[in-house]
Amino acid sequence: MSDAVHSHGHHDDHHDDHSHGSFGSYMIGFGLSVILTAIPFWLVMTGVLNDPQLTGVVIMGFAAVQMVVHMIYFLHMNTRLEGGWSFMALMLTIVLVVIVLSGSLWVMYHLNNNMMPHADMSAMQQMSEMP
Amino acid sequence: MSSATATMEPRAYHLPEEPHLHEGHSTNLGFWMYLMSDCLIFAILFATYAVLGGSYAGGPGPKDLFDLPLIALNTAMLLFSSITYGFAMLAMEKNRISATQGWLFVTLLFGGAFLFIELYEFSHLIHEGAGPQRSAFLSSFFTLVGTHGLHVTFGSIWLITLMVQVARKGLIPANKRRLMCLSMFWHFLDVIWIGVFTFVYLLGVLR
Amino acid sequence: MSGTLTTTQMIFGRLTWDAFPWHEPIVVATFVAVVLGGAAMVAALTYFKLWGYLWKEWFTSVDHKKIGIMYMVLGLIMFLRGFADAIMMRLQQALAFNGSEGYLNAHHYDQVFTAHGVIMIFFVAMPFITGLMNYIVPLQIGARDVSFPFLNNFSFWMTTGGAVLVMISLFLGEFAQTGWLAYPPLSGLAYSPATGVDYYIWALQVAGVGTTLSGINLIATIVKMRAPGMSLMKMPVFTWTSLCANILIVASFPILTATLVLLSLDRYAGTAFFTNDFGGNPMMYVNLIWIWGHPEVYILILPLFGVFSEVVSTFSGKRLFGYTSMVYATCCIMVLSYLVWLHHFFTMGSGASVNSFFGITTMIISIPTGAKLFNWLFTMYRGKIRFELPMMWAVAFMLTFTIGGMTGVMLAVPPADFVLHNSLFLIAHFHNVIIGGVLFGIFAAINYWWPKAFGFRLNQFWGKVSFWCWQVGFWLAFTPLYILGFMGVTRRMRVFDDPSLHIWFIIAAVGAAIIAAGIGAMLVQFAVSIWKRDELKVEGDPWDGRTLEWATSSPPPEYNFAFTPVVYDTDTWADMKRNNYQRPLSGYQAIHMPSSTGAGVILAALATLCGFSLIWYIWWLAGLSFVGMIAVAIGHTFNYKRDFYIPADVVTRTEEERTRILAAGV
Repeated sequence: MSDAVHSHGHHDDHHDDHSHGSFGSYMIGFGLSVILTAIPFWLVMTGVLNDPQLTGVVIMGFAAVQMVVHMIYFLHMNTRLEGGWSFMALMLTIVLVVIVLSGSLWVMYHLNNNMMPHADMSAMQQMSEMP
Repeated sequence: MSSATATMEPRAYHLPEEPHLHEGHSTNLGFWMYLMSDCLIFAILFATYAVLGGSYAGGPGPKDLFDLPLIALNTAMLLFSSITYGFAMLAMEKNRISATQGWLFVTLLFGGAFLFIELYEFSHLIHEGAGPQRSAFLSSFFTLVGTHGLHVTFGSIWLITLMVQVARKGLIPANKRRLMCLSMFWHFLDVIWIGVFTFVYLLGVLR
Repeated sequence: MSGTLTTTQMIFGRLTWDAFPWHEPIVVATFVAVVLGGAAMVAALTYFKLWGYLWKEWFTSVDHKKIGIMYMVLGLIMFLRGFADAIMMRLQQALAFNGSEGYLNAHHYDQVFTAHGVIMIFFVAMPFITGLMNYIVPLQIGARDVSFPFLNNFSFWMTTGGAVLVMISLFLGEFAQTGWLAYPPLSGLAYSPATGVDYYIWALQVAGVGTTLSGINLIATIVKMRAPGMSLMKMPVFTWTSLCANILIVASFPILTATLVLLSLDRYAGTAFFTNDFGGNPMMYVNLIWIWGHPEVYILILPLFGVFSEVVSTFSGKRLFGYTSMVYATCCIMVLSYLVWLHHFFTMGSGASVNSFFGITTMIISIPTGAKLFNWLFTMYRGKIRFELPMMWAVAFMLTFTIGGMTGVMLAVPPADFVLHNSLFLIAHFHNVIIGGVLFGIFAAINYWWPKAFGFRLNQFWGKVSFWCWQVGFWLAFTPLYILGFMGVTRRMRVFDDPSLHIWFIIAAVGAAIIAAGIGAMLVQFAVSIWKRDELKVEGDPWDGRTLEWATSSPPPEYNFAFTPVVYDTDTWADMKRNNYQRPLSGYQAIHMPSSTGAGVILAALATLCGFSLIWYIWWLAGLSFVGMIAVAIGHTFNYKRDFYIPADVVTRTEEERTRILAAGV
C-alpha cells in the first residue's frame, strides 16, 4: 500500500516505524566502532604499511565502513524508516556530498593548474632566460 | 479502488471521523532533514579543507602540529558519549527516569571532556603561533573542527535543557521525542567526527 | 581594530552620526518620505486601534494561509524597492553619455545594482514563491496546516528580518558595492572595509535560516500530511514542483550559509580563506557560491512551472498532458541543477575538459525543460481555452521563457561564453528567464489564486493594462541589452564614452518606464478590486478549477476542510465534480489546530538585532541578543501546550453560513 494512506492517522499513535535498538545492538555497534577507530590510528601512528598512499586509502575505507556502522547501530538507519523517506534523503545527501567534494577538488585543481602563477613559474623563467 | 467499481457506487470523498494525527508526527522526518542540511554545511567545510588544506603559506603543516595520541583520546571520549547516550535511550524506552537521567549526565561529562580536550588543543596551537590567521590550511582546519565543536557545545546545552525538562515533566511523549531528536543529533556528530579524524588528522599526518 | 577604544566606541561600535548619508540628497529625501509615511501608518494603525488585531490575528498567527499572505505582502513591498533601484540604473545609464556623469556617483550606483540583485532574488522572488507554496500546498493536499506551524511563523519573520536589515542599510551606513554575489577579494575587508558587505552577509544569513527551515517544513508537510488516497503520483503538479523546489532549498541553502560564514570569518576573524595572501583562494568562493547559486535559480522557477501547469490545465479545461513526464522532468531538473554550476565561471580558467563537461550538462538540462513546454502546448491543443488573466500570463511566459532559455543555451557553449560572459547579453538572458518565468508566473498565480485567498476576483481591465505594459515594456527594456551585449558592453557600467550606444540605453529606459506603468496598473488593479470587491465576489470555485484547493470555500476557513478529503484521482476536484460530489451538511466535529505564539516574532527580532550589532561592531549588544535568542528558544521549549480544538459548534456555524451563501448564490 502506498505511504499516502497511512499518512492520516491510519497507523498507531505512538512510535511509528522507529526501531530503537537493543542493548546488544548498541554493544555490537560500539565494539565495531572501537575496532574501526583503533586500526586506522594504529596504522598511521606506527606506519606499519610503509606506504603513506596505501595507508591513506585503507583508513578512508575504514572511515566509510565505520560511518555505515554508526548509521545502522546508533542512528538505526534502514530503508523502511519514515516510509523510506529518511533513506532517500540520506542517499541524496551522500550524492550531493560527493558532487560537492569531488567537483570542488576537480574544478579547483584545474583552476590552480591553469591560473596560479607558481604553476608555470619555471616555464616562464625558462622563457625569460631564453635569449 | 479501481475506477470501474468506483463509478458504480458513489465514492466517499471525505472521512466521516476526524483522523487523529498524533502530536509530533513529522518531527523525526523533519529533524532528519535538518541533519542532512547540516551535513551539507560540513560538506562545504570539508571541501574547503580539501582544497585549501595544502596551502601552508610557509607556516607549519599537519605533521608539525597534530598530536595523534591526544586526538585518539578525544575520539574515545566521543565514542564513549555515544554508547552512554544509547544506554540513556534504552533506559528511556523502559520508562526509567533516574537511569535515563544518569546516563544523560554521563554523556554530558564525556561531551564536556571532548570539548575540554579540543579547547586545549586549540589554545596550544594558537600559543605556538599556529592560529587560524596563519594560513589557509589553518583557517580551514580551525573552522571545520571548530564547527564540529560548536555543534557539540550546542548539543550539550540542549542535553542540559532536556535533563531539566525530564526532571520536571517526566518521560512524557513530548520529552521522549525530544530525547530521540537529540540522540540523532549526537550520533550524527559522531559520524562527522569519523570524517574529521580520518580526513583531517590521520590523512594530514600521512601527507 | 584600533588599540584603544573610547567609551562611545565600546557602546556604539562604529556607528556614528556620519553613518547617515547626510551628503546624499536622494537618500535624505527618501528617508524623509519613509519617516513621514511610516509615521502616518503608525498613527493610522494606532487611531483605528489595529495593533492588537495585527499582533493577534497576523503577526503571531501560525495559520499557513495568513503566513502565506504576509510573505506575498513582503515580496510586493520589496519588489517596489527593487524596482526603484532598477529605474535608477536605467536612468543613470541613459543619462551618462557625452561627458555627463549622470546623476548617481560611483559609490551610490554600485550599491544600487548590488541591492537590486540581492533584493530581487532573496527578498522578492523567494518570499513570493514561499508565500505561494505556503498558501496553496496544504490546501492542495487536503491538510489543515503545515507540519511545523510555529517554525513557519518563525521562518517568515527571519525572512522579514533579513529584508529589514537591507532596508536599514539604505539609511545607516551603506550596502555592498560588490555585485549580488559579493565575490572576494573585492568583498574582503581590504577592499570593502565599511558596513556594506556586512549588511549583505547578515541579511542573507538571517533570511537564509528562515528559508531553510521553511523548506524542511514544506517537505515534511507534503510527505506526511497528504489526504488519504493521495499517493505521490496523484499529487497536483504544483505540489510536486514545490516538493522538488523545497528539496533543492534544503539541499542548497546550507551551502550558501557555510560559504558566507567563511567570508565573514575572513572579514571578522582575519582568517585566510579567500584572501590573496596566506594561501587563500578567492576562486574557491566563486566555486562554492555557485554550487548554491545554480540550484537557487531552479528553486525560483520550479514552483512557477507548477503554477503554469495548474493554470494551463484549468483554462484549457483539460487534464494536464503528460503528467508523469512532467513529474519526471521536474525531478530530472532537480538533480541536474547540481551538475552545472561551473557554467557561471567558464572564463575563470579551469580549462577545456572541465568547461566542456559543464557545458554539456548545461545543455542537457534544457531537455526536460523543453519537455515541459511541449506538455503545456499539448495541454492547450484542442482544449477549450479561456483567455482569463492567469492564462494570458501563462502564454506570455511560454513565449518569453523559450527565448530566454535559448539565449541560455547560447551561453552554455563555452567558446561563446568567452565572448558574452559578463556582458549585457548575460543580463538580458537572465532577466528574460527570471522576469519571463518567475515574475510572470507569480503574476499568473496572484491572478489565479487571489479569489481563493480573498473571495473576490481581480479587476480584469486593469489586469490587462498591466499585462500589456509588461509585455511591451519588457521587450523594449531588454532587447537593447542583447544587442549591447553583442557590441561588447559589460555589465555594471556607470558612464559611457561611445555615443553610438546611447540610443539603445534610451530605448531600454523607455521600456523600464513602461514596465513601471505596468506595476502601477497592477497596484491600481489591487486597489480597484478591493474597492469593488462586492461586485467581484465569487463562491468557492470561480475558474472551474481542478485541484483540491477549490473544493473548500473562498477564502477557506481557518481549518481549511470541515472533513478530511479522500482522494481518488490526480485532479481531485474535477473528479469530485464529475462524480456529483455532495457537500456534507451535518456531522461536524471538533478540529484540532495549532495555537498562535509570539515566540517567532521575538526570536527573529533578536536575530535581526544581533545581525545589526555585528554589522556595526557593537559587540556587547551582539552577545546579549545572541544569548537572548538562545534563552527565548529554550524558554519556548518549556511551553508544552501548543494546540487547541475548534469546537464542533463553531465549525457547524461556519459551514452552515456557507451552505446559506451557496443556496442564495446558485
